Amino acid sequence: MERVGEIIEASTAGFVAQCYELYCSPPLGSLVRTRDGEVELYGIVYHAATGSLEPGRRPIARGKDEASEEEIYRSSPQLAKLLISEFSALVVGHKTGDALHHYLPPNPARIHAFVYQCPPDEVREFSRSLAFLTILANAHLPVSTDEVIAAALRRMGQAHDDPHSFLVAAGKELSLLFSGQFNQLKSILGRLK
Amino acid sequence: MTDRLGIVVAGSLEKGVEVRLDGPVSVEDMAVGRYVTIEGRKQRFFGMITDISLGVTDERLTLTPPDVSDPFVAEVFAGTSAYGTLHVLPMLTIGGDAATLIEGPQPVKTVPAHFSPVKEASQRDVELVFGSEDERRFYVGTPLDMETKICLDLPELVKRSNGIFGKSGTGKTFLTRLLLVGMLQKSAAVNLIFDMHNEYGWAGTSEGGRPVKALKQLFPSKVAVFTLDEESSRRRKVSTDFAVRIGYDEIEPEDMVLLRQTLNLTEQAVEAIYQLRRRLGKNWLEQASDMPDSEETGELLKELSIHEATFQNLRRGLATIRRLPFIQSQAPDNAVRRILEYLDRGINVVLEFGRYTDITAYILVANLLTRRIHAQYRERMEKALGEDAAKPTPLVITIEEAHRFLNPELASQTIFGTIAREMRKYNVTLLVIDQRPSGIDTEVMSQVGTKITCLLDNERDIDSVLAGVSGKNALKSVLARLESKQQALIFGHAVPMPVVIRTREYGSPQSYKELLATGRGGERQAEKDIEELWG
Repeated sequence: MERVGEIIEASTAGFVAQCYELYCSPPLGSLVRTRDGEVELYGIVYHAATGSLEPGRRPIARGKDEASEEEIYRSSPQLAKLLISEFSALVVGHKTGDALHHYLPPNPARIHAFVYQCPPDEVREFSRSLAFLTILANAHLPVSTDEVIAAALRRMGQAHDDPHSFLVAAGKELSLLFSGQFNQLKSILGRLK
Repeated sequence: MTDRLGIVVAGSLEKGVEVRLDGPVSVEDMAVGRYVTIEGRKQRFFGMITDISLGVTDERLTLTPPDVSDPFVAEVFAGTSAYGTLHVLPMLTIGGDAATLIEGPQPVKTVPAHFSPVKEASQRDVELVFGSEDERRFYVGTPLDMETKICLDLPELVKRSNGIFGKSGTGKTFLTRLLLVGMLQKSAAVNLIFDMHNEYGWAGTSEGGRPVKALKQLFPSKVAVFTLDEESSRRRKVSTDFAVRIGYDEIEPEDMVLLRQTLNLTEQAVEAIYQLRRRLGKNWLEQASDMPDSEETGELLKELSIHEATFQNLRRGLATIRRLPFIQSQAPDNAVRRILEYLDRGINVVLEFGRYTDITAYILVANLLTRRIHAQYRERMEKALGEDAAKPTPLVITIEEAHRFLNPELASQTIFGTIAREMRKYNVTLLVIDQRPSGIDTEVMSQVGTKITCLLDNERDIDSVLAGVSGKNALKSVLARLESKQQALIFGHAVPMPVVIRTREYGSPQSYKELLATGRGGERQAEKDIEELWG
């Protein structure tokens, strides 16, 4: 299982993790997993950012005399240590023992807990129920909810043997969730393909 | 196919229940008139689809429809935001409580609970409701889109008067033939058929011009063909058993009353008939029409206070009757007695009218014969009650163009009105065939036990056929949507609930074979019964 980062900020609803490698955050909408003692927490990546390690120190443009982007990093190797990538995930479920629950865990994740990207088998297992969509639909995120939902479903679809029927089932679930917001529903459906 | 169609979401006993279709089920696969079962918590309901409609959860969908050319979007919306609903009329409960287990399906007294699953009725369900073919039940057709046989309990059917209705060309005659074949085989009744268009005794033709066998060809030993027009019968190569002739002296004033409209007689002329009969005796018709324009006649008319114009009006009417060739001054044989002889032997009688398809002849003959036969039956029945003698065999009289006899003006006077009302007390019932049921007296219509109706599209006809049926409005939409061929709606006494059938095939060699096979099976059954009884 691929370890993708370590938690540096956690709350009941979500967590922020720092990547071990620059630019190596899991893609938008992917399902990640971390652990709080016996409880395994599942999150969906909704935001990723790369910036300076120190908040007061802004990066400056360095490539004026370089031929390519790669050359910049090669000539200034300290950059990889001064910049960091981090990502945020929304907690959408947890697992105690063998039981999967598509609702919030009793406690938030711990700082420095490792975050793993879920393999397709686990994604398939988790997405057997679409109840997590309610949490996503009701979250207040810095990114558009429509985009996150669509990205998450697209990625989950890839883990299924029949992505089309998974997406149709998810679409039907969404049409119930967004029965009063027809335009939003239409925009999500448009992003599912 | 017992796949789930949807769930009950609303409804009432009177108006039927609303069923929301599941996503994968297409409204286009549904059809009005089809059967469904509803799995309530304690009972199973059996009902019929009476309407199909479309619904959306959000009104905006109808204003800015989604792009359904994208199959994904179409698939997502189907059954969720945009869904189909069925309107189902629950009719019976099957299984569940003790009563339905013992006595079979019971009429519904409640509706299924919210969100009860609805399934397409299985063959077994339909069989449970309508029974399977046996020595009492006759297979008349299949429900729409199903292979199950719908059977009518014929001994039960003939206990009441029955009606076959439908626009012309919708298959009334074929249905009647089929039903008559069934009665011949499975009911204890004998038939007397007033065959206006010569279709039931010997060969008839289908709409396509194909010749179709009729009763006597299929059951030569059980059917006798009587004719009013030997010449026409001979030309059509029909082997007839008896030529019916009617003597002047057999015509009674009551027979004339019915002809008032067709002969254009005035009220006074009808009065005059009674007076003439009283004065002139049995031979009144001949004497009255032969009266010379003498003073003597004038005296007589004056004495009876019959006005000259009235008398002329009457004479014109009588002349029309005398022109009918089968009416003679002296009939060589008594037609009524001969018919009764045959009927008593269990032989069914078809009376062909040959070329005399004119309604005057039909009304006159049908009424005249039926009145006398009914009187005989009445007498025998009363005797049977008093002396414990054998009751006469149940008789079914088939009449066409029934609205001419049973219209509100005449229904109280004709014998057919009496039979329809008295029903089975005297073991005589009617099989009424008509294309304008609205012309039939409502009182008579209300006494018709089982109604079999093909397509009707006149509002008044539909109303009169469905009068007094529960769920009338729902059935109305079913009736108006019948196909114009080979489809009929049956409801009333002999069926547990209204049913739309695709009529059993009649007219191909295979169909004759099947019809005869069931008949022979019945005979074999009878032989077996006798064997068992006597060892």
